[in-house]
Amino acid sequence: MEEKFAHPELRKPEHLVYKTTDLMVDCPLSYCPGCGHGVVHRMLMEVLEEKEIASKTIGVNPVGCSVLAYDFMNIDMLGAAHGRAPAVATAIKRLWPDHYVFTYQGDGDLAAIGTAETIHACNRGENFTIIFINNGIYGMTGGQMAPTTLPGMRTSTSPYGRDIEIMGHPLKITELIAQLPGTYYVTRQSVQTPSAVRKTKKALRKAFDLQDQKKGISFVEVVSNCNSGWKMTPVQSNIWMEENMFPVYPLGDIKVDGELVTRS
Amino acid sequence: MAKIKGDIVVNIERCKGCEVCIAACPFTCIAMSEEVNSKGYHFAIKVNDECTGCSNCALVCPDGVITVYRAKVTAE
Repeated sequence: MEEKFAHPELRKPEHLVYKTTDLMVDCPLSYCPGCGHGVVHRMLMEVLEEKEIASKTIGVNPVGCSVLAYDFMNIDMLGAAHGRAPAVATAIKRLWPDHYVFTYQGDGDLAAIGTAETIHACNRGENFTIIFINNGIYGMTGGQMAPTTLPGMRTSTSPYGRDIEIMGHPLKITELIAQLPGTYYVTRQSVQTPSAVRKTKKALRKAFDLQDQKKGISFVEVVSNCNSGWKMTPVQSNIWMEENMFPVYPLGDIKVDGELVTRS
Repeated sequence: MAKIKGDIVVNIERCKGCEVCIAACPFTCIAMSEEVNSKGYHFAIKVNDECTGCSNCALVCPDGVITVYRAKVTAE
């Protein structure tokens, strides 16, 4: 196809400002169009590249949409049983204290099936990073209700909307684990706009920097979209997320340097 | 007068046509193509010369298909 507004004279290595990092494997991602997972994967790999710790990093992939994360990230990865990533990461970090360890989990994995593992790993104050992608739905299995589903939100297992009287309240696991003394840095970010992506990258960078200090868990929640599960276009789902998810899951740091952040 | 000029290269076969880059571009430089790639997705194309190489589109692209170039050029 002929490109009408192309500038071949600009396409030289010295003019390059942004390209996908080589730590992302050169293969198509298995995610739906517009899914936030791809951005978080790339930001994570950029942080590892900038810190030059890719060869010393071990990731633990969850069960869920990101179960194939080991195919896309060119680092050492280990698969864990559903929800058990923090337990596996604990073992890795204790055996190799000088390695950087992270778990990458969705909301069904971290906040439903793996609640016990998550809370106890955070309470023990292990020195690894938990990356938590919250889209309020079980995306991979077909959009079922998750603990983080918003009140009134329609999913395939709550077709009339989540009824709080029967199905309970959305679980704010990030606020919950911020109360534990074992966590050192707890933050909530998103990836729908360029500025949000930059903030997420900064948070990930900080989380990995803190592993050197051995002060406890660094926990980064990323509020993401699930346009297939929410039955919207990617751009619509980002707007819906800003309007509906952010009031329930407000963005920003929740715990910095072991101290809870008070919001005015 | 020197002017900042940018250019983007889209990996057409990897683009899934999610249109997130269109919403992120401050100069509406990007639109979806009429044609489709081998997977059947409309892909992102550059539709004007306003691009400054800010790399917003590349940052939000979930599939990382956009490569951004930027240079100072002297206007004729």
